[in-house]
Amino acid sequence: MRRKISVKTITLLLFLVSFVTFGQEEHGQAKSGTDKRSEIKEYIQHHLQDSYDFNLFSWTTDAGEEKHFGFPLPVILWDDGLKVFSSSKFHHGETVAEVDGNYYKNYHGKIYKTDAEGTINYDAEHHATNEKPLDFSITKNVTMILMVFAIMFFMFRRMAKSYQKNNGMPKGMGRFLEPIVIYVRDEIAIPNIGEEHYKRYMSYLLTVFFFVWIVNLFGLTPIGMNVTNNIAVTLCLALITYVITTFSGNKNYWKHIFWMPGVPVPMKIILAPIELLGTIIKPFSLMIRLYANITAGHIVLMSIIGMMFVFHNWVGSSLSFLLAFVLGILELLVAALQAYIFTVLSALYFGMAVEEHHDEAH
Amino acid sequence: MEKLLDQFSLGLFFWQAVLFIALILLLRKFAWKPILDSVNNREEGIKNALESAEKAKLEMQNLQADNEKLLQEARLEREAMLKEARDIKAKMIEDAKGEAQSQASKIIEQAQTAIESEKKAAMTELKNHVATLSLEIAEKVVRKELSTQDSQEKLVESMLGEAKLN
Repeated sequence: MRRKISVKTITLLLFLVSFVTFGQEEHGQAKSGTDKRSEIKEYIQHHLQDSYDFNLFSWTTDAGEEKHFGFPLPVILWDDGLKVFSSSKFHHGETVAEVDGNYYKNYHGKIYKTDAEGTINYDAEHHATNEKPLDFSITKNVTMILMVFAIMFFMFRRMAKSYQKNNGMPKGMGRFLEPIVIYVRDEIAIPNIGEEHYKRYMSYLLTVFFFVWIVNLFGLTPIGMNVTNNIAVTLCLALITYVITTFSGNKNYWKHIFWMPGVPVPMKIILAPIELLGTIIKPFSLMIRLYANITAGHIVLMSIIGMMFVFHNWVGSSLSFLLAFVLGILELLVAALQAYIFTVLSALYFGMAVEEHHDEAH
Repeated sequence: MEKLLDQFSLGLFFWQAVLFIALILLLRKFAWKPILDSVNNREEGIKNALESAEKAKLEMQNLQADNEKLLQEARLEREAMLKEARDIKAKMIEDAKGEAQSQASKIIEQAQTAIESEKKAAMTELKNHVATLSLEIAEKVVRKELSTQDSQEKLVESMLGEAKLN
């Protein structure tokens, strides 16, 4: 219990620090209200996007020069051969990176192949039409995923080892994590999948639960980039759920999709495409739910923090600080809740796929 | 929607897929399996321990019931033994009393017969003594009566007179 509180306290503290850092970024700019508003909007958009370097914070000097604090990350491109270079070559999108005679430009968070001057061609709707190389860069999000990967591996490996050392009892971190692991097993996996089959899915459910949770929590810290507000990440998670569901579907599952028992034949024909579509909609909803919840939370939270600078007086600013604080706590809950929902629904879909045909008379 | 698609990054998807699947596999091997096994083992152990405790409790209860039964039996036996002993005692006293009674009456009887015979003997002796004494007296009287001739003749006469009468 104490440990749990301390974890929360640390998270909260880190969260509070994020206000401070954010404050520093905006500080010292005496611009008009609308300017500030659009700037905040742009900042939020920027914050929600992936980036090629791990930027902790940036500020503008009095001379109007933008300063960035962080470190560059490797850019990996596939463009007639593997091209690896440091993202520092982009200079935060200001310059064109030259690799093996090719020129690349980081334009609005995407890498385009350009000429030496970095010209970007636009179509009628102001979209860049330059060629985009296949991009496998270790972006900020990928770094976060790697970090979470390392943290989870370290954490749970240690927990597993403590069992061996301590005669079947967890020690240290394991004491805190074990109830959660058991919760996932007893409250999520077993009731939804059933006593018989649940063991096969435990690895995925536990991994996805802790992954989403930890990633969401990191998103609330100032160093963190929220990984789950990228559609690519949630798509990947939902796709794995879909693939596992589809591959573990038994005869009964497919029968319920293609030839629904217990309804007249014309209904069966109508239901088949609907059910088939349903199998795709289910993971799709998983993807959108996680993405939208986290993104919305961040936008609202950051907008409220941004309001402090728009109001620029102590009543409005302290009010929005209070609001942001409350919302931050809510986001902590949402972080866990979304992990829980994703896991429960995945377990539910697996449960549907492996469910045996029970009652014959319907 | 367009923004969403625009935001989609194949690279991120690729890394997420690779890393996440690797994480699942690694954790399955190094963490989830040992953790869940340990938890299961422990739960199994607790369950077994509880069951055996329950069993031991039942056994204990049985044992206690047995003990109680044995105690009850012992108590009954003691009761019976005591009763028997009391009976025996009473009987012994009764017997002894009877014996003593008969013995006493026998002794009394013997004593009585002895007294009777002694009495008889004494009587006989007394009688003999009296007879002798009376004879002696009679002799002395007779001697004195018949010391004179006259008296002797008179007697003979009277006797003869009596004899004639017969």
